[in-house]
Amino acid sequence: ERGHGPYQPHEPGYGLYQPGYSPYDDQIPDPKSRMLAIQNAKAYLLKSSTTSGLNLYDHLANMLTKILDEQPTNAVDIIENISKDVKWAQLRKKMDTLRDEHEILPTFEAAEKRKALFLKANGEGDEELEEEIGETPLPNVMETAFYFEQAGIGLSKDESYHIFLALKKLISVQPIQTCRFWGKILGLEMNYIIAEVQYHEGEEEEETEEEEVIEEGGKGMGEVEDEDENKEKEYEPPKSTYKPPPIIPKEENGTGANKYVYFVCNEPGKPWVKLPPVTPAQIVCARKIKKFFTGRLDAPVVSFPPFPGNEANYLRAQIARISAGTQISPIGFYQFAEEEGDEEEEGGGGRDTYEENPDFQPLSVAEMVDSLATWVHHGQSILKQGRCVWLNPFQKSEEEEEEDEEEEKAEEPDEAEIGPPLLTPLSEDEGIQNIPAWTAQPSSNLIPQYAVAILQSNRWPGAYAFASGKKFDNIYFGWGHKYSPENHTPALPPPVQGEYPSGPETTETRDPTLEEELAFKAATEEALAAAEDEEEEEEVAEDDDEEEEED
Amino acid sequence: MEAAALPAALELAAGGGAGLSPEKRAVLGASLLLLQRDYRFERVWFWGCIQGVRGAYYIAEGLGPDRAAPRSRLYSLNCVEWSLLPPATEEMVVQAEQLKGRFQGDPSFEYEYTEINAEDAERLFEDGKEPMIKEESRLVATIEQIDRAVGIIPRGAFLKTPLGSVRENRNFEGLSLTEAKKLSSYFHFTEPVNLKNKTLLEKADLDPSTDFLDSLEHDIPQGSWTVQLEKGGTVVVLRSLLWLGLTFYHVPMTKQYGYVYFGTGEKNLDLPFML
Repeated sequence: ERGHGPYQPHEPGYGLYQPGYSPYDDQIPDPKSRMLAIQNAKAYLLKSSTTSGLNLYDHLANMLTKILDEQPTNAVDIIENISKDVKWAQLRKKMDTLRDEHEILPTFEAAEKRKALFLKANGEGDEELEEEIGETPLPNVMETAFYFEQAGIGLSKDESYHIFLALKKLISVQPIQTCRFWGKILGLEMNYIIAEVQYHEGEEEEETEEEEVIEEGGKGMGEVEDEDENKEKEYEPPKSTYKPPPIIPKEENGTGANKYVYFVCNEPGKPWVKLPPVTPAQIVCARKIKKFFTGRLDAPVVSFPPFPGNEANYLRAQIARISAGTQISPIGFYQFAEEEGDEEEEGGGGRDTYEENPDFQPLSVAEMVDSLATWVHHGQSILKQGRCVWLNPFQKSEEEEEEDEEEEKAEEPDEAEIGPPLLTPLSEDEGIQNIPAWTAQPSSNLIPQYAVAILQSNRWPGAYAFASGKKFDNIYFGWGHKYSPENHTPALPPPVQGEYPSGPETTETRDPTLEEELAFKAATEEALAAAEDEEEEEEVAEDDDEEEEED
Repeated sequence: MEAAALPAALELAAGGGAGLSPEKRAVLGASLLLLQRDYRFERVWFWGCIQGVRGAYYIAEGLGPDRAAPRSRLYSLNCVEWSLLPPATEEMVVQAEQLKGRFQGDPSFEYEYTEINAEDAERLFEDGKEPMIKEESRLVATIEQIDRAVGIIPRGAFLKTPLGSVRENRNFEGLSLTEAKKLSSYFHFTEPVNLKNKTLLEKADLDPSTDFLDSLEHDIPQGSWTVQLEKGGTVVVLRSLLWLGLTFYHVPMTKQYGYVYFGTGEKNLDLPFML
């Protein structure tokens, strides 16, 4: 009667709706009543729900309309979801008097910033165009990205292009002579994009003025304290004899670890921030700690030993270490400038400047990959002291020598540290355990004619270099940490300082016991009595009256 | 990441500087399809690349009709010829955990145990086995560990059917931007461990079809995931700090998501010191 197909044995409903035996058979004797039943059913379906105001009839109609319009495959499997979607759509159509404001997503602001990169500055005339096409410090980021891409290294093309434009903006703002995209360091909240830059000579901002002022202020304070000492010498508690180790001065801007100036930004489009120059103390401390970067330059670095500075300094120190360890070039690309005299420089450090070799003959890719001796470091390595050129911290200027006449001389330092000279080949690099320091591969084994030689550093994972013909470059993509197969063990706190030196005066001895005291007393009385007897004997001859008085 | 979406996905996950060369990309498009044909997988995922000292391993995973079943893993040294890896056993994982240092890049390389406890040594020598592990086993164990620890999917992307098998959710439209920034919207795609420990109140709020996995919220140590918006806020990228190199990307309000591993295959045990 109902028109349902013959039910199979495994389906529910089998055996239920035999023709003539449906459950409603006794309730629907004739067609008129069936019409009534249909109307009742429809009325039931049209009843509005008390909670949502919808009714089942309309809902089913809408659902079926949607299904027939869209005709999804296997509709029966997702029917519940379709039902939910239809209900959602129903509820949204109600027009409230309150309308949601268009959401200003943060993505829109970011898009604005990136769009600004693509706009040309106003008022550019033809002159400026000519300047741009000529010698420009802007590096060809896309070309470098292409070569690295052959090895599977690099950011997406979009991001590379944005960085390209951001560098262009940097150059137009700062007086820059050379500029290079150094790499990207990842952080917890935000990442850093880093540009390595050299200023035109003489164009650097004078930041040293501030430091001199601080030093003079410190010296002034010292003098005042001396005067106070003279007045109150009697009541002063003993001064500690602790002399902190001398602070090793940082290298001058433009030399050694501070050869390049680094600018960072979090995303292309955001303003570039200059990183402060690095001090040896920061490098020495950075070697002992291992911390993730958060992405905010002013974040404190909480570590032990306490890092002297905030995240900007830590970042700069890591960049200095990475540059010193992984900036490499094909042999012969750079050569030393002509010598002007003997090599009798202080400390015998050797040369620290190089220039491009105009007669550079590039080696083939196969040769570059086979032997590590075809690559050299052009980044000066940093000594244990934290500088590239060793400085004796106890060399005093004349002023200081006068003051020091009164103070004790401290111990002499160890011998001068000497690092590997500039332009040493990579074959001299130590590996870690049994892993070589660098892994060299051609970018493609299938097309060796156009392959590029790629080097990956194993000591600083994330540092890469490529060479192809006369072109080469270095780059870094990573978290900014050195590789160590052993787990990082943080430095232990120093041993507890002794309170006072122990010597015979300050060593505790056992208190004398009662017997010892009595014995001592008896002994002294005997000695005293013996002395008196002697005196008495001497005075007997002289004066009897005095003896009588004494008795 | 889905093999079909590989080109677009690599662009989105390239924020960390690691990716594939054009040559590899081109060959993967073809060889992953052939894998699907040969092994009769329903889905093929490109899992990532483990850098060894002398070479790299490229890993692919194949999934059957139940997406939560143990996946078949294959490796290749050049993305052209693939070899099936044996399934990971607990013993392999335990053995591999004791190894330190980089992968060598040669699957038949044998590691020697350098430091083992006296107990382990006795146990091993009793069995008559020599304490050598092949790099292949270490590879299997490492991939298994990484998948177990940091293989993640967005909430709602997979559904558990009433019959118990797990399938993709065809109605998944992507997480919204606010949801995408929360760690609780992402699940570990492995057997859940913490699910039973939730209080009854929490369990009442869960939807058994979508919330059948552990979320990232309670990962130890806290802060072992970084959540960032890249490309001007259009892509949400999660990077794991426990296994450096694991990158998960998702474009909010779209169906694009996936994770890929480009790294050295070493766990970052210094994590607590570095946070």
